[in-house]
Amino acid sequence: MSEHNAQPPSGDSHDHYQGHHGHGEETHPGHSTLKGYMVGFVLSVILTAIPFWLVMANVIESAGLTALIILAFAAVQIFVHMIYFLHMSPKAEGGWNLLALIFTLILVFIALAGSVWVMYNLNINMMPGVMSEPVLEMQSQ
Amino acid sequence: MTTNATDATQNLPSSHFYVREHHPEQGTLLGFWLYLMSDCLLFAGLFATYAVLSNSYAGGPSGADIFDLPLVALNTSFLLLSSITYGFAMLQMQLKRVNGTLLWLAVTGLLGAAFIGLELYEFAHLLSEGYGPQRSAFLTAFFALVGTHGLHVSFGIIWLVVLMVQVKRFGLTAENGRRLMCLSMFWHFLDVVWIGVFTFVYLMGVL
Repeated sequence: MSEHNAQPPSGDSHDHYQGHHGHGEETHPGHSTLKGYMVGFVLSVILTAIPFWLVMANVIESAGLTALIILAFAAVQIFVHMIYFLHMSPKAEGGWNLLALIFTLILVFIALAGSVWVMYNLNINMMPGVMSEPVLEMQSQ
Repeated sequence: MTTNATDATQNLPSSHFYVREHHPEQGTLLGFWLYLMSDCLLFAGLFATYAVLSNSYAGGPSGADIFDLPLVALNTSFLLLSSITYGFAMLQMQLKRVNGTLLWLAVTGLLGAAFIGLELYEFAHLLSEGYGPQRSAFLTAFFALVGTHGLHVSFGIIWLVVLMVQVKRFGLTAENGRRLMCLSMFWHFLDVVWIGVFTFVYLMGVL
């Protein structure tokens, strides 16, 4: 296929191919730049150092607030890695990359939030104190 | 004949994909991305297990008792540095420089090996204290999650060494370029998973 497109007899088709080739180069995941990698690296160093500092130096009194902040930093850093290192963009692979990623993120969210939610409720409801009441009722009948 | 084919391509709604077919690696890269997404689901299962079991100490140690944060910070910096050095290898590959590519791949491999070395040291230390995966549900989930990530990095290093031999023997051919790009995605993906591990397991475990 590429050979047919690359060597067409008509000059018009040749231009057509060239134009699209240039477009392909831009969005090609492998064509990365030093600047892109450096920006991503500096950002991720900052986004890693701050959470470690927050926890190791015990900067904030409330553990819950610290947890929320470091989770937010992790989310931003994952975003940075996706863009600067994994070269994610709506154009990469004609959008199929991003579509697969969004689908996976939905599944990951369901697996994580669902497990924590269900298991938390199971833990609460299976406590010995909660269990004994229905058992007693059954025995008295 | 060719002009007709080009016209037909333009009229098709999926002309996008026809035109892109001159990149032979496109299909492989998308397929590898789909594999990474399925790997992501595997890690999601392990993270969910850890989230559920992370407070089940069974009278054993908690995260705050056993996690050594300076060690984890050092480990994190190794993995982060290996991500940027792999990036440098890819830039050298784009410039068709075989020796530069091999040099940065070697640096990446050494940083990955240092990461694995520190992780094995941490695991050996925990085991010698009697805090193995059999001690509590928390430790089972911890070893499963961190161990699976470490196993991925180990296989990544093996893959990297094999590719270095390939590049050395056959040069930066189109096939080797495609393989290096797949490993690039794999390597950066493992770094993304590690962000989740050091935040969710180590930092939040110590809080």
